[in-house]
Amino acid sequence: MTSAGSGVSRRKRGLSLQQRTSMWGTAFMAIPMLFFLLVRIYPALVAFNVSLHNWNIMSRSRPFIGFANYATMMADPEFWNAARNTLVYSVIIVPASLALGLLTAYLIQSVNRARGTYRMVYFLPYITPTVAVSWVWRWLFFKNGGAINQILIALGMRPQPFLESVHQALFCVASVVVWQGLGYYMVVFLAGLEMIPSELKEAATIDGANRWQVFRTITLPLLNPTIVFLAVLGTIRSLQIFTEIMNMTSGGSGQGDLGGPLGSTMSLVVYIYRVAFYQFKFGYASAMTVALFFVILLITLVQMRILNKPVEY
Amino acid sequence: MKNTRTRALLVALAAGLLLILAGTAAGAKPVTIEYWQYYYESKVKLVDELIREFEAKNPGIKVEHKTFPYEQFNQKVAIAIPTGKGPDVVNLYYGWVPKYVDAGYLQPLPEDAFPKSVIETDFLPMVEAVKLDGKYWGLPTAVRALALFWNKDHFKAEGLDPDKPPTTWEELQDYAIRLTKRDKAGQLVQSGYAWNHDGQDNHVFVQVLLRQWGVEPYSADNRKVLWNSNPGGYEAFKWWTDLAAKHKVGEPRFMGDYRTAFITGKASIMIDGSFALGTLASKAKDINWGVTVLPVRAANPKVKANFASFWLHGLTVNATGEKKAAAEKWLAYLTSSQVMTRWLKDVGELPARTALANDKELQRDPIYGPFLAGLTYARATFFIDETEERQAIIDGANEVLLRGTDPKIALDNMVRKQQAIRDAYFGQ
Repeated sequence: MTSAGSGVSRRKRGLSLQQRTSMWGTAFMAIPMLFFLLVRIYPALVAFNVSLHNWNIMSRSRPFIGFANYATMMADPEFWNAARNTLVYSVIIVPASLALGLLTAYLIQSVNRARGTYRMVYFLPYITPTVAVSWVWRWLFFKNGGAINQILIALGMRPQPFLESVHQALFCVASVVVWQGLGYYMVVFLAGLEMIPSELKEAATIDGANRWQVFRTITLPLLNPTIVFLAVLGTIRSLQIFTEIMNMTSGGSGQGDLGGPLGSTMSLVVYIYRVAFYQFKFGYASAMTVALFFVILLITLVQMRILNKPVEY
Repeated sequence: MKNTRTRALLVALAAGLLLILAGTAAGAKPVTIEYWQYYYESKVKLVDELIREFEAKNPGIKVEHKTFPYEQFNQKVAIAIPTGKGPDVVNLYYGWVPKYVDAGYLQPLPEDAFPKSVIETDFLPMVEAVKLDGKYWGLPTAVRALALFWNKDHFKAEGLDPDKPPTTWEELQDYAIRLTKRDKAGQLVQSGYAWNHDGQDNHVFVQVLLRQWGVEPYSADNRKVLWNSNPGGYEAFKWWTDLAAKHKVGEPRFMGDYRTAFITGKASIMIDGSFALGTLASKAKDINWGVTVLPVRAANPKVKANFASFWLHGLTVNATGEKKAAAEKWLAYLTSSQVMTRWLKDVGELPARTALANDKELQRDPIYGPFLAGLTYARATFFIDETEERQAIIDGANEVLLRGTDPKIALDNMVRKQQAIRDAYFGQ
């Protein structure tokens, strides 16, 4: 016992402090890495393998078919409809969330009283379960007797079909996503705003800059890391949009009818879900998942390249 | 001294009892089988009762009853069976059976316990929908047909005879137009006919309207979709979508869904299945409703049609050896006349045995009568992929309603999608 212990300590003495630190670091890193490999990378590889087979969960034979699922995908109009919708979601949700989040944070920061209350009020939707939020909005958007249409009628305007319209449904869903996520954007922006040294703003003000000039030339550039972070995260999340669509625009009676009237709110993930869990075509669904993964990766890299400009003052 | 002796005696006695208990437990070894169905309150309650009675009669068998929400049921079953952990007896929609048989999840009913000739004389002919490769893959307790429900108070308020429901589609259209009410903003307040594309009207179009407009919906071998094979099909589809698009007597999502609209007294007429009777009895207490057979076409009154469907109990491949024998017994019990009679009373679904369906007293019943009458000429659609086939009809109707597409083009698109599903299945 003792000799073994002293052996270890002798060997340890042979390593430099730096080596020892890095060894321990590696050892500790190995556990999350292993977990990551097992829980993230391995299933991703399995999904890729499944995507190369005609893999129907209700069929015993699962022949290898190469890239045929990817060819099906390219020729599938419903896939392209879902892809286009997903893009539209991102184009609406990310800029709107950034703009409104920044505006809210900026306004709250300039308020002196009850800042905590405002923060809480804006943050509350974010911590409410999305399923509940989606259903509440589904009822608010109800064509007959929904609160929003009641207000429109009271104001002498024409009631709208909202979720029942092929043109409006997607915007209704997107607006709920923006509304619910606003608190998160606001909190991160608030943290970003706090980080900006007040001396810079004061100096600019003394030099005669007005509020807008200070905001445009000092606050905004220094917020860049925050904006990049939120833009990348927001894009990834909106490309994976699912829960809101499932709960706001699925069928009225019976099962199915996912993705709104004529697939007008169908996102890629909802379509993947339908193909996998309603049609049981796991091979094809996996192919679309792999494609979505690469699209998200590509967009994220491009975004980081374009948006990530270091600012020094 | 005395105390310790008593204690020792007690311990010995307890040990002896335990031994005896262990011995009997090892000797009897009850067989446990699993029964799965989707969650529907009245069915779940009744099945729990039936299990208690069945277990009392068959002491060696335990039945475990599991239920899932309807939306997840198909997925749960499909994923569980290949792992060998799923049900031994499963409740399935008849339209799913081809897929399940194809997947190798079911085993045919054994000829000795369920002889084909007996099935064919004792059960309603529609069970043939689950006869594949000359074998039966399950049997139902109950079957369902469609009928027309109307709100008598709405009829009275509109000056219509509350005891004369529409008997032709033309009448239905007239009545529905009269009964539809909108507010100043043009919002629907009362729907004359609870038109829908995702509920039972989906089947009404295929099995009732098409036939009455002179179209046989599918070829005899079920391989070809014939909806647009003659002008009648286009006319039927136009007539059906016109109700919502032109006459605007209903909206598919009005009040959430068609049945809710009727139950809440916001719709005057609806077509629904016998399975709705339970919900109507418990939730539509304030509604003064009646039920009658489906309308016919004035121009073609002889062609009566109805859509029948059923859920059957199938034997999965998990049931082998002792479990198979137990599962067969349970399945036979579930499909016995005695259970069917109780099923009708507790769940409101019609018996699947011919003798019970032809019961004179039942046929005179004001509520069950119209459904039983419908059963005699009802057809069950042979589905390949029920969800996708339904989706194609929903989309076709939405094309007309929301995009203003010419019904002819919409019907052609629909048929193309339906045919593709069939081609993929039969092409294998």
